[in-house]
Amino acid sequence: MRAVIRSNPLLREVVGSRIAQLSLFVTLLYVVVAAFGPQLAPYSEIEMLTLPRQAPSAEHWFGTDEIGRDIYSRMLVSARVAMTVGFVAVAIGLVFGFVMGVAAGYFGGWVDATLMRVVDVLLAFPGILLALAVITFLGPGLTNTMIAIGIGGIPGYARLVRGEVLSVLERDYISAARALGANHLRVIIKHVTPMLLSSLLVFSTAQLARAILAEAGLSYLGLGVQPPFPSWGGMISSGQRFFLSAPYMAIYPGMAIMVLVLALNMLGDSLRDALNPQLRKATTSSE
Amino acid sequence: MLVFIGKRMLQLIPVLFGVLLITFAVTRFTPGDPAELAAGEDATQAMIEATRTRLGLDRSLPVQFGLYALRAVQGDLGTSYILGYKVTTLIGQALVYTGQLALVAMIVTIVLGVPLGIVSAVRRDTAIDGIARLVALIGVSIPNFFFGLLMILLFSLYLGWLPSFGTGTWRHLILPGITLGTFSTGLIARLTRSSMLDTLEQDYIRTARAKGLAGWVVVYKHGLRNAGIAIVTVLGLNLGNLLAGSVLTESVFSFPGIGRLLVNSIFNRDYATVQGAILVIAIIYVLVNLLVDMLYAVVDPRIRY
Repeated sequence: MRAVIRSNPLLREVVGSRIAQLSLFVTLLYVVVAAFGPQLAPYSEIEMLTLPRQAPSAEHWFGTDEIGRDIYSRMLVSARVAMTVGFVAVAIGLVFGFVMGVAAGYFGGWVDATLMRVVDVLLAFPGILLALAVITFLGPGLTNTMIAIGIGGIPGYARLVRGEVLSVLERDYISAARALGANHLRVIIKHVTPMLLSSLLVFSTAQLARAILAEAGLSYLGLGVQPPFPSWGGMISSGQRFFLSAPYMAIYPGMAIMVLVLALNMLGDSLRDALNPQLRKATTSSE
Repeated sequence: MLVFIGKRMLQLIPVLFGVLLITFAVTRFTPGDPAELAAGEDATQAMIEATRTRLGLDRSLPVQFGLYALRAVQGDLGTSYILGYKVTTLIGQALVYTGQLALVAMIVTIVLGVPLGIVSAVRRDTAIDGIARLVALIGVSIPNFFFGLLMILLFSLYLGWLPSFGTGTWRHLILPGITLGTFSTGLIARLTRSSMLDTLEQDYIRTARAKGLAGWVVVYKHGLRNAGIAIVTVLGLNLGNLLAGSVLTESVFSFPGIGRLLVNSIFNRDYATVQGAILVIAIIYVLVNLLVDMLYAVVDPRIRY
């Protein structure tokens, strides 16, 4: 393990920074909870166990919700929902955006013009608006939430990949590969894609944060993940009704989202700094 | 310059066409029969058929889209069958409220975000920088509906200083305005820091310092002015984020703006209003982007397209 870290400049840099260590640790903790949440939960996340709206206690660490379900257990299971939506949505954006971006950048001409007009149209819907439009069409639910948020991520990836491809194509070794008779697919896979990996990694970390925030927002509105699946956003929404008497119902899930997104944004910043030493000081937006 | 403006205007046409197409498709292919929805609950079969003909829903899809696009271009977005008003009237009323909210959010962003970024850049790598960066990072990481709730808890429920919902006075705008501005405040602070750091490393800054100019003169007169172009651009582009963010903020505070109109209409399956609200937000966003691009070209003579 040590040797692997030392041999890879990116890993060495990330592991070397304390902020990066902390954010990586927190992120991995959420991944573990997402993987084993249902096993770790002391109670069922769906069954009503006891009296509603009990304050946090030794038995129910984070209290119980409006119909007597254990909030701590529901939060652990929500981690899986949030992570699943986040990763699947990012994967959708990555795959479609990557293909569009590579096609536009590599082939240029009318392919580029057409694809970029499509991207322009998708970019005309700011933030969560595109996801809302897709939800109007598909209806709410876990799968549709992933699709809706994923589509929202496509234009960003397409633009990023197109730009990177254009800069890679100017290098001499690409012409050399072509001259040696490599076909398009081989040039793209063997020579272009590896050059994109680091910027895709940085962008995807920020996209994961964006997707998790979007899922929380949609579920808060009641247009995302639907009951009986628990979700942090939905828990905040039901906690809002009892905010004065039982503020913990909304505050714990809210903190869970915030800490995860914070960790992901910090991780994204650290990765970008590590990969791009010239931009060390720059803290540009995560959209 | 005129050529550039003309080119950008021409680029707008396919985008607007695409936006019209998406808003049409998204609401036209939803489950359920739109004629039945429009005719009302106790409509007879004959009434439903009459409505279908009146709305042109019996025509082919391309014709329907053509009619929709033609009407939309003329400023006719149809009627909300649920609320009984013209969609343009509903959106017009809602935009007045959302506009006020966006204005407060924009002020919050400028007043808090820009100084936070400047302090961070000038005191680079000190404790102050660390705190300022953390605050900015929290701004872009906290879900704004959750932040809104925390503020309601503190300022409305515990302290009783400000109302948590409703409209009418400037006091009603403060909590939702700050909530809406949280994300953009963090964003602008991060951007201001990085563009200030870039600028402060330029040769002319070193020259200014070497001339013996006071530190703050260098920072504000030479630094901020030049970093300002990037900051102003992002502030402009950020208006779209504010409009989209209003969906969540307005739901927290039951604020009667366009975001809440959109969400309520999705729940009510009031597709004419959904279509109109999404269309109007997208068009405002696209037009503001265009305007920012043009201003950018006017302000910065180095930019030639």
